[in-house]
Amino acid sequence: MEKLWKLFKPNFLWGGNQGKGPLYRHMFNYSRLWRSAVMLTALSAILPLLAISWFDYNVTLKAVESETLSRTSRTVSNTKRTISAFLAERKSALDFIVHDNRYEDLINPVRLEIILENLRKSFGSISDIGVIDASGQQIAYIGPYPLEGKNYSDQDWFKEVVGKGIFVSDVFLGFRNDPHLIIAISYELPDGSFYILRTSIDTDRLNDQLLTLELGAQGNAFIINTEGVLQTQARYHEKVFEKIAIPVPEYSPKTEAFEYQDPYEGAYILGYAYIPDTPFILMIVKNKKEIMKSWNKTRFEILIFLSIGIFVVLFGVIGFATFFVNNIYIADQRRIKTLHQVEYSNKLASIGRLAAGVAHEINNPLAIINEKSGLIKDIFQLSETYSKDEKLIGLVDSIHASVARCGAITKQLLSFARHMDFSFQPVDLEKIIREVIGFLGREAEYRNIKISVNVSDDIPQFESDRGKLQQVFLNLLNNAFAALSDGGTINISAILMRNERIRITVEDNGCGIPEKDLKKIFEPFFSTRTKVGGTGLGLSITYSLIQEVGGTVDVNSTIDVGTRFIMILPLNAKSIKEKDNAITPR
Amino acid sequence: MRLLLVDDEKEFVSTLAERLSLRDIEADWVTSAKEAEKIIEKKHYDLVLLDVKMPQVGGRELKKIIEKKIPGIKTIYLTGHGSEEDYQAGSAEAEYYLMKPININDLIKKIHDALKK
Repeated sequence: MEKLWKLFKPNFLWGGNQGKGPLYRHMFNYSRLWRSAVMLTALSAILPLLAISWFDYNVTLKAVESETLSRTSRTVSNTKRTISAFLAERKSALDFIVHDNRYEDLINPVRLEIILENLRKSFGSISDIGVIDASGQQIAYIGPYPLEGKNYSDQDWFKEVVGKGIFVSDVFLGFRNDPHLIIAISYELPDGSFYILRTSIDTDRLNDQLLTLELGAQGNAFIINTEGVLQTQARYHEKVFEKIAIPVPEYSPKTEAFEYQDPYEGAYILGYAYIPDTPFILMIVKNKKEIMKSWNKTRFEILIFLSIGIFVVLFGVIGFATFFVNNIYIADQRRIKTLHQVEYSNKLASIGRLAAGVAHEINNPLAIINEKSGLIKDIFQLSETYSKDEKLIGLVDSIHASVARCGAITKQLLSFARHMDFSFQPVDLEKIIREVIGFLGREAEYRNIKISVNVSDDIPQFESDRGKLQQVFLNLLNNAFAALSDGGTINISAILMRNERIRITVEDNGCGIPEKDLKKIFEPFFSTRTKVGGTGLGLSITYSLIQEVGGTVDVNSTIDVGTRFIMILPLNAKSIKEKDNAITPR
Repeated sequence: MRLLLVDDEKEFVSTLAERLSLRDIEADWVTSAKEAEKIIEKKHYDLVLLDVKMPQVGGRELKKIIEKKIPGIKTIYLTGHGSEEDYQAGSAEAEYYLMKPININDLIKKIHDALKK
C-alpha cells in the first residue's frame, strides 16, 4: 500500500526539486515530462481502443438489425406458405367436388348436404355451400341462412369468378354478420353453359393460426387487403375491418422486410408478403425497441468493456509514467549530487595543489635558512671563543628548531596533496587500526564504548595504501559509533586466509540495519542519518577505497543484534594495481 | 670520498658544501646541469646529490646523463616539492630521497649508507 501511495505521490510532483539554474530549468520540468508522457501514451492506447469499440458497436448493431430483418422475413415467408396452403387446400377441395359430381347431383340438396358435411369434417370452419347458375341465381344452398334463390349477378365477385374461373374474396361480414370469406370456382358444362360452386369459410382458423404465431417482442401478425383494411384479428392493432395506420406496402412478389419509422410510436420492423391469387397481404409487425432489448445488453457490455479498458489503460499509463519519470528524476538528482561532489573533489585537489606550490616555494628559502644557521653553528662550534657561548648556540638552535617546525608544516601540506594520489608502502594492519582508534579514543571513553582488536600474529606487513586504509577504518568505526548506544561494543579482528588474503571483520552490537536498506548502504547518497548530518557518502567512499586497494567488502546485519562488515584485502595489492594500470589506458 | 652537489639554489648548495667540508667530506657544488656535466669530465665523484626540480635539465634527467659517464655512481635526490612524481622518482631511481630542509646528520648517514650499497 505504501509502495502504491509512493507511486502516485512521486518526489518530482510534490515538493521535488525541479532543477536548478535558469538555463536548463526547462530540461528539468518533470511535471511537464510526466504530463506529456501520460497524455501521449494514453492517447496512443485509448484512441485505438475507442476506434475498435466504435467499430465493434456498429458492426454488432448492423448484425443485430440485419438478423432481426432476416428473422422477420423468414417468419413472414413461413406464415405466407401456411396461409397459401390453407386457401389452396380449400380451392382444391372445391375443384375436386365439381369434377367428381355431376351438376344434377350438386343441385340435389341431399347430396350437397353430404358434401358440406364431408368438407366440414375434413377442413372445419366451412359454414355453407351453394351452387349458382350462369344467371347468378343460387340454385342450391346448404347453410344456416335462407340464401337459396338469391341472385348474385350484379355482385363484383360473380363477375370476377366468371372472368377468372376462381375467386377468393376479402373477409366480410355479409348477411350472417360474422367475418368470413368466400371461395368460388366456376365449372363449364358440356352445353357451353356454366355454374359456380361457392363456399363460405369462417376466418376463425385463420385468426387462430396468426394469433398463435410465436413472434415475441410485441410482434403482431395479421392480414390486410390491398386497401389496408384488417382482415383478421391483430394483437395490438385496430379491430377487424378497420384500416390500419401503416400505409399499404407496395406490391412485391417476394417476401419483404424493412424498418418502418412511425412518427408517433417509434420504429417498427415490418415484414410482408402478397399472397398470390388472393387480395390478401400478410403482415408481421414487431416493435423495434422491444427487439433491440437484447442489443441493449450487448451495448451495455461494450460500454462496460470500454470503460474498464480505459480505466486499466489510464491506471497503467499513469503508473508507468510516474515510475519512469520518477526514476529519471532520481537519476538526475544523483547526477547533480555527483557533479557537486566532483566539483568539491576538484576544489580539494586545487587546494592541495596550491598548498603543495606554497610549501615548495617556502621550502627552498627555508632550506637556505637551515643551512646558513647550520653553518653558523658549525663555525661557532669550531671557534674557541663562541663554542662556549651558550647564548649564541641557543639562539642558533632556536633558529634551527623554528626551521624544523616550518619544515614539519610544509611536509604536512605536501603530504596532504600527496594523499590525493595513490601510494603504496609497507603497512602494519594492527598499527593502522590502533592509530584510527586513537582518533576516536576520547569519544569512545566518553560514551563508554569498548573496542577490542584481535589481529592474528601471522599477518605480515604488506604493501598497501596506508592513508586509504586509515580512511576505511575511520569510516567503518564512525558508522559503528553511530549505530551503538552508550556502553556498546566493537570487535575488530583480522585473520590470514589462504591465497594471500586477509579477512577483517568490524562488528558492533548496535541497532542493526533493516534488510531493505542493506542492499543500498554502499550506494552514494544513501543515508538514514541525513537529519543528523549524514552525507550518505561514508560507506560509498569506503567501498571505493577498499576496491582501490584491491579488496572486497560485504555486510550482514540483524536488527537490535548488530552489524558486521567483512573485508577481504590482498597482500599483493600493489601488483594487482600495477596490472590494472597496465590494462587501463590513461 | 668526493661528492658533487647540484642545486639551482646557490645559497643553499654552497652552504651545504661548506658544512660537509667542515665534516671532512669533500663536496663540490654547481647550480646547473650544464656545469655538472662539465665538472664530472674533470673530476671523479663517488656520489651526487641532485635537486629534482631545476630549470632546463632536472635532476632525474641529469642522473641518466651522469650514469652514462660514470656507471655505478650513487645518487641522492633532494627536493623541496614532495609531489607524488618526485616521490616515486626518488623511491625507484635513487638510493635515497630527502626533502628540504634537511638535517645534516641525517644526510651524512644517508651518504654513508648509499656508498655502502
